[in-house]
This record gives sequence, structure tokens and C-alpha cells, in this order.
Amino acid sequence: MSFINYSSREINCKIVYYGPGLCGKTTNLQWIYSKTNPELKGKMISLATETERTLFFDFLPLALGEIRGFKTRFHLYTVPGQVFYDASRKLILKGVDGVVFVADSQIERMEANVESLENLRLNLAEQGHSMDETPCVIQYNKRDLPNAAPLDEMKKLLNAGVLPDFEACATDGKGVFETLKAVARSVLRDLKQMSG
Amino acid sequence: MRKHDGQLVMYDEDYRLISAVTQRLVRDANAKGIFVVDRNGQLIAEAGEMRGLDTTSLASLTAGCIAATGGLAKLVGEDDFPVHFHQGQRDNLHITLVSHRIILVVVFDDRSSLGLVRLRVKKAGAELAKIFEEIQKKTEQETAKGGTPFAEITDDDIDNLFSV
Repeated sequence: MSFINYSSREINCKIVYYGPGLCGKTTNLQWIYSKTNPELKGKMISLATETERTLFFDFLPLALGEIRGFKTRFHLYTVPGQVFYDASRKLILKGVDGVVFVADSQIERMEANVESLENLRLNLAEQGHSMDETPCVIQYNKRDLPNAAPLDEMKKLLNAGVLPDFEACATDGKGVFETLKAVARSVLRDLKQMSG
Repeated sequence: MRKHDGQLVMYDEDYRLISAVTQRLVRDANAKGIFVVDRNGQLIAEAGEMRGLDTTSLASLTAGCIAATGGLAKLVGEDDFPVHFHQGQRDNLHITLVSHRIILVVVFDDRSSLGLVRLRVKKAGAELAKIFEEIQKKTEQETAKGGTPFAEITDDDIDNLFSV
């Protein structure tokens, strides 16, 4: 959950990138890291296996600017997508302020997308949050691949139409910052609403 | 409306209280550095001589470490493993979970000892627990009456953040 520090005039929020294995969560963070000014970002940490699969999490601290004299800092995390790392996913979701669900557009990964979204729903519920009330955006990644499923079908399957969603190709950055901005905006609006 | 479960609001006076505890602990424990970290991975306060350290990473990794061992604890039927000790060749880390919410990290070398650190951390941990109990109470009261900076921000403020 968010941390407001009057002493350093900072608002800190936590955003988690969720999704099935190899859908491009880490690639999203790597793109953000590579395109952000050095003074706005911290070091990116990847706790990965030797084959560069996320083992525990990736972490990227990012400053977005100031609101009413408070620096807004977002801590971006990814979860390990592989099914058997569920215990780690639950730990990383703790204290989350907003979620980006990264879906893999390849037709053969649709079942994995649905399974992962259901897993997100369950793990949020375990912490007493429902997906409806948690700021969440959906990213349809890998839209450039020839075996990408039609967008309409993916929307029908993964988004009932209420969540902001974006097409992306994280390897060349398409849709990456749009997704990040949308989730950051949803998080701040949610925090404002809770305070109002 | 969603609850503010777990949100933390720290004011200047809270920071001064926490800072007084950490600065005393540096001296009493002969430590190189003291870090107070929120369980969600946010750095709250630091003291000591470890300038230039990547404290944001330290906070996030410490929280990850506490989370992972907390998961292990539950597997073996424990509630938590509240005290961790990592021994290095030069520097050592003593990590304590305070009141299930705050993590107190002490970095020390051979100018101190594990026994001394343990002893001093016990007292400082109890003091921090009290301070954070008050902060928690205050956070709940303030958010209930809309006293956080979020209450004042407008949709335009949020949009302006992304327009530059």
C-alpha cells in the first residue's frame, strides 16, 4: 500500500506486472528502464535464473514528477509467471496499489492467459481485494507476431470491457509507456477516491 | 469504499522520533548503518556512515527477503521468522521484523558483535514498535477525515503529471 512521507515530501506506490510465463513482463520493465532519464530511475534489480527467467521478482523504482509538492515515486515489480511459482507471486502482490496484467497475444497462449488472470483474481482475493476495486489495466503484448489472436477475441476473453486496455509490442516499446501511464493514473485516482 | 488497509503516512514529527531511535542505535550498537524499511519495501529512515549505498534497492530486497522467509515460516508451521542474521567476510546484516510491519536492518562489522547488536536492537525495536503504533493510529484518523495529500489532488493534477 502507498506510503506518504511528509518528511521527504514523497508519495510512494507499488505497481505489479502480472501475467503468464514469457508474456513480456520483464521486457516491459527493461524498456521503461532503458528509456527513462537516469535522474528519474533507480537501479533495476532482476532476481532471475541462469536462463533469465524471473525467479522471484524484477524491481524498478521510478519517479514520475510532482503533485502538489509531493514527488510521486512508483515501485514497479514483476512476478514470476511460471505456474509453479505461485507462492512467490502471492508475496509480491502484498501491498499492491495497482496491477498491469500482461497477456500474451499468441493464440496458443490463450489458455495460459486465462489461467494467469484467474490466478491473479484468486491471489488478490486472498489478500482481501477484489479485481474490480484494484486499479488494473490490461496489456495485449506481442501484437506484432504472426500468430497473434484477433484483438476482439482477446478482449472478450480477458476484459469484460471495464478495464483500460492497450495493444503492445514490448520488445520495441509500443504501448509500454501508455500502459504504465494508465495504471499510474488509475492508482492515483483510486488513492484520491479513498481519501475523499 | 475501499479501506486504507496498510497505508502509511509519516509526518515530520514521526520522522524525528524514528530518526532519534536509529541514530542512538548506531552509537549503542557500534553499527555502520541502520535502515528502517516498510514491509512493502519502502525505505522509511536511515542512519550511520553508509553514504552512497543504493538504499531503494536495499529496502526492496530486504522486504523480499522477509517475505520469502515469512513464506518458509508458514510452511513449517511458524508465524514468522522475525530475526535474520547474514554473516559476510567484512560486514554483517542483522534484520528484525518489528510488529509484523516494520523491518529494522543493522549493518555492522568487527567493531561490534552479534551479541551487542541483538541486545541494542531489542530495545530500539520496542521503541519503534510504539512509534509505528501511533503512526498507524494517526494514519487511520487522518485518512478517515480526508487529511492526506491525495484528498487535495484533482484530476487535472494527475493529468498534468503525464503531460510533460
